Amino acid sequence: MRNDTVYSVTQVNQHIKDLLDSDGALSGVLVRGELSNYKMYPSGHHYFSMKDEGGAIRCVMFRREASALRFRPENGMKVVAFGRVTVFPRDGQYQLYVNELTPDGVGDLHVAFEQLKAKLFAQGLFDQGHKKPIPRFPLRIALVTSPAGAAVRDMLRILSARWPMAEVAVVPVRVQGAEAPEEIAAALGWVNRNRLADLIITGRGGGSMEDLWAFNEEIVARAIYASRIPVISAVGHEPDVTIADFVADLRAATPSNAAELAVPDRNDVYGRLSQLSVRMGQAASRRLNEARGKLERLSGSRALQDPMNVIQDRRVLLDYQRARLADRLERTLGRERQQFARLAAALDAMSPLKVLARGYAIPRDSTGAVVRSVKSVSPGDRLELRVSDGSIDVTVNAPERSTDRNGRKKIDL
Amino acid sequence: MAEKKLTFEQSMARLEEIVSLLERGEAPLEDALALFEEGTGLMKKCSAMLDKAEQKVLKLTAAPDGTPEASALDGEG
Repeated sequence: MRNDTVYSVTQVNQHIKDLLDSDGALSGVLVRGELSNYKMYPSGHHYFSMKDEGGAIRCVMFRREASALRFRPENGMKVVAFGRVTVFPRDGQYQLYVNELTPDGVGDLHVAFEQLKAKLFAQGLFDQGHKKPIPRFPLRIALVTSPAGAAVRDMLRILSARWPMAEVAVVPVRVQGAEAPEEIAAALGWVNRNRLADLIITGRGGGSMEDLWAFNEEIVARAIYASRIPVISAVGHEPDVTIADFVADLRAATPSNAAELAVPDRNDVYGRLSQLSVRMGQAASRRLNEARGKLERLSGSRALQDPMNVIQDRRVLLDYQRARLADRLERTLGRERQQFARLAAALDAMSPLKVLARGYAIPRDSTGAVVRSVKSVSPGDRLELRVSDGSIDVTVNAPERSTDRNGRKKIDL
Repeated sequence: MAEKKLTFEQSMARLEEIVSLLERGEAPLEDALALFEEGTGLMKKCSAMLDKAEQKVLKLTAAPDGTPEASALDGEG
């Protein structure tokens, strides 16, 4: 039967809209499907379709809801949408007005995590080449973390036990909640700008993925990447991995572990010092023996026999001192040093050059032979006098056998 | 002496350098003795720094203009 009433398009659309809107089942509905034709408009609104094997439905998500998305929707992604179905009268099209969109099967945080990880990886934020070395002996460590809680206490305890030489500055931030990401990022930038440390540890104790979420935020990742001061990430427990861990110069499994990685153990450094001490003593001892061998060769040289006589006696003293040195080398380092200095002085005094420095000279004739007697020179001969800092070219005037003790020769300069 | 200004890290690095120089045995005796003396001094200094070390812990917060302000950490134990 035909009703002859004529309706306007608007009236029909409005009627359909009223029908749909009055259906409680459509005013708050969960819909599962696959995203397709996803478009984000400059206005901030998102337009897309959800489809399955049997069909498709047009969807819209307005800017306010879209900006609350934790992940980036992509075509083909399986999702569950919550919203209401109604008609957009201008087009005469019904669509799903989406309030919430979540990935189907896994949580939105997981998807957001994977997406940010992929994005930052592609941008090179995880590059090994960008990672800065951790200082071997940090002078000042900034802990960008909550000033309350077990994490900061654990870190302080371990830092003080292992390496009390470092100063520790706690830079308090919230590590959980909406403000946490910005606070952490700002603190990292602030520590850098003011050069407040040469090493930063940032992190927090364990918790749920939600609790740790601040360390999966892009703003924190970028602040870590931008830090000129090396950063160790210390978030949660062993199995927890955050974006911050990927960007950080060094990832610690836990806050306690971060404190262990940040500084050496004082006892190990003592060990290293004593090892160096032994090696240095041995090397110096070896060097001294070489010098002594050289001295013996020099003392055997006839050219220096006379001056060497002066110091023959001291040889005994040298041996004595050497023996004492060898003895003391095995004992304390301070003693070692004194002994060595004394020996050094003795060796120094015995150096042929030192003998010359006291006013002795070695005359040599034109063939280079050492002149030992007035009989080996004649007036007019040229001789070379080797003195401590060089040599003097002289001419013999009158060689004269002397009876005085000095045995001086007259020379013309 | 310039040595006084070295950080612990620089002192250790110099010490390690000295030991390897001495072990190479190429330095003239006079230099070797000077190295030994310097090394001994550094070693004493490093040990003393380790002995004396006592950890300083403080809280750093930003004043309204952003300048760092240090204070004691509350409830530190």
